Amino acid sequence: MSLPADNAPASRQAGVREESRPSLAALLIDPSFWADWASVVGLVGLVILFGVTSPVFLGVANMQAILLAAAILVVLSIGQTFVVATSGIDLSLAASVMLGAVILGLVHAAGLGIFAACVLAVLATSATGFMNGVLITAGRIPDFVVTLGTLSGITGLGLILSGGEPTMVGSTFLLKLASGYLGPFGYPVWVAIAAVLVAHVALYHTRFGVHLLATGGQAESASALGIRTNRVKIAAYTISGFCAGIASILLVARIGSAEPQINTSLLLNSVAAVVLGGVSLFGGRASILGPAIGALMLTALVNGLTLLSVSAFYQPLAVGVIVVLAALIMRYQK
Amino acid sequence: MSTVNHIAPSEAILACQGLSKHFGGIRAFTDVGFQARRGEVTAVIGDNGAGKSTLIRCLVGVHVPDGGTIYFDGRQHPFSNPDEARKSGIETVHQNLALIDELTVAQNLFLNREIVRRIGPFALLDRKAMKDQARAMLSRLSINVPSVTQRVRRLSGGQRQAISICRAAGSGAKLVVMDEPTAALGVQETANVEALIRKLREQGVSVILISHNFDQVRRLSDQIWVMRAGKMVATVRSSETTGNELVALVTGAA
Repeated sequence: MSLPADNAPASRQAGVREESRPSLAALLIDPSFWADWASVVGLVGLVILFGVTSPVFLGVANMQAILLAAAILVVLSIGQTFVVATSGIDLSLAASVMLGAVILGLVHAAGLGIFAACVLAVLATSATGFMNGVLITAGRIPDFVVTLGTLSGITGLGLILSGGEPTMVGSTFLLKLASGYLGPFGYPVWVAIAAVLVAHVALYHTRFGVHLLATGGQAESASALGIRTNRVKIAAYTISGFCAGIASILLVARIGSAEPQINTSLLLNSVAAVVLGGVSLFGGRASILGPAIGALMLTALVNGLTLLSVSAFYQPLAVGVIVVLAALIMRYQK
Repeated sequence: MSTVNHIAPSEAILACQGLSKHFGGIRAFTDVGFQARRGEVTAVIGDNGAGKSTLIRCLVGVHVPDGGTIYFDGRQHPFSNPDEARKSGIETVHQNLALIDELTVAQNLFLNREIVRRIGPFALLDRKAMKDQARAMLSRLSINVPSVTQRVRRLSGGQRQAISICRAAGSGAKLVVMDEPTAALGVQETANVEALIRKLREQGVSVILISHNFDQVRRLSDQIWVMRAGKMVATVRSSETTGNELVALVTGAA
């Protein structure tokens, strides 16, 4: 074990210098590496496990099915990542998806056209996120209380608006969105890829991204330096709401109708994907690729278990175990 | 005991007259007059609760004083928030509010004044320029850190304080205000930070230093102001005073 000793003097030497890249062996014995890459390691592990046990799993058709099924969760995980990066949490995410879907369905049924319906759905969920942010910052109410309240409130609103009934959405645009392919991937997958790229640039290559991480890291220090931390937090919740809106369009396209029902596993899995992706729940540390791969991993897990004919009742159990394990590994993050 | 004497306004980088601040029924200080000369290190000393930190916070815009006037760089300047003070050229190194642990050295040095490249309607961070300039800023003040891409969390207390001071000085500030810059540091780290403060003065930056450490104040500063129980009670040239005199002024035994 000469590697840590080799690296040690470098940090004591005078002058500003670049860190030497640690070797692969040093990386592999570093628990922090495993914490940062938990989602990738988990995904590779699952692919090997299911690839060996189920011949269908690695087939092109199944891979495409996993990617399609993961698209919604990837988009939601990105929204959740922005909020968690500010050391908050958005529990209203899945309810927002439902509200977006209901509004999409109702506006479309009213004959305003599919584009107006999609835009209004996204506006409504973004407004929900904005309201979350304002209540948390200006109202000084803890994030989980506000978003739990919003969760209940917009669940009720969705039920009231829809009368508890699903609305069929027969739209060729949504049908194409759900079933069309461009190259190897379906359109929903491209939407998710675009969301990942935009979010990655926003987080790592803009002032907003740095301010977001600073706000999540030490809000008081950040505001002492003139960063408007309340605005940053409101923006994060609004982004989360926006992502919920995009997800609601993908969801309605996928199932062909707008249902006033909340898919609670979407909410839990969005938090799970964020944890698996190495994002610190205490804020200040985040990536976009990590949660996206985490979302992919959770989808692959459900897919693989289904292929192995494991009862659906075991799936939440498996997700729970993996998430707690991931959180345990996170303790070793530097 | 020396009297509080006034200097010509053009000599003062920062001055205040008749300044008062209270929080509800509790008065932090009343009728305070104070000047910091351009290009000097000016120290403010006093016992816990004497009002030093609150005075400084009023001078740099964190608190708005209840009465009195503040002059900065020859002009009357009531700052209503730290951002305004910063834009006018006052940088503050806060006691606890220093750096963001999870960000890198370079990110911290450029926090809220990031260098961006405009690409159409978008402004993207110029990370290379920030890293290069961060290295230049650190070496100008002879500050040693392993790498500007390292997270601040992994640095020692002395390195962190040096980076805070570097950030304050690095933006071309006319005045750097430091609240107990060596409070939590070891002997060697304290010596390094003191050397850094001397270096700032050599480079023509005015410094206001709040400290409990009378020896440090006499080593570093040119002028010392003494606060006691919410009043500015004395000011002396550092070269003309002794540790005993300072203790007497602070405790009121003189």
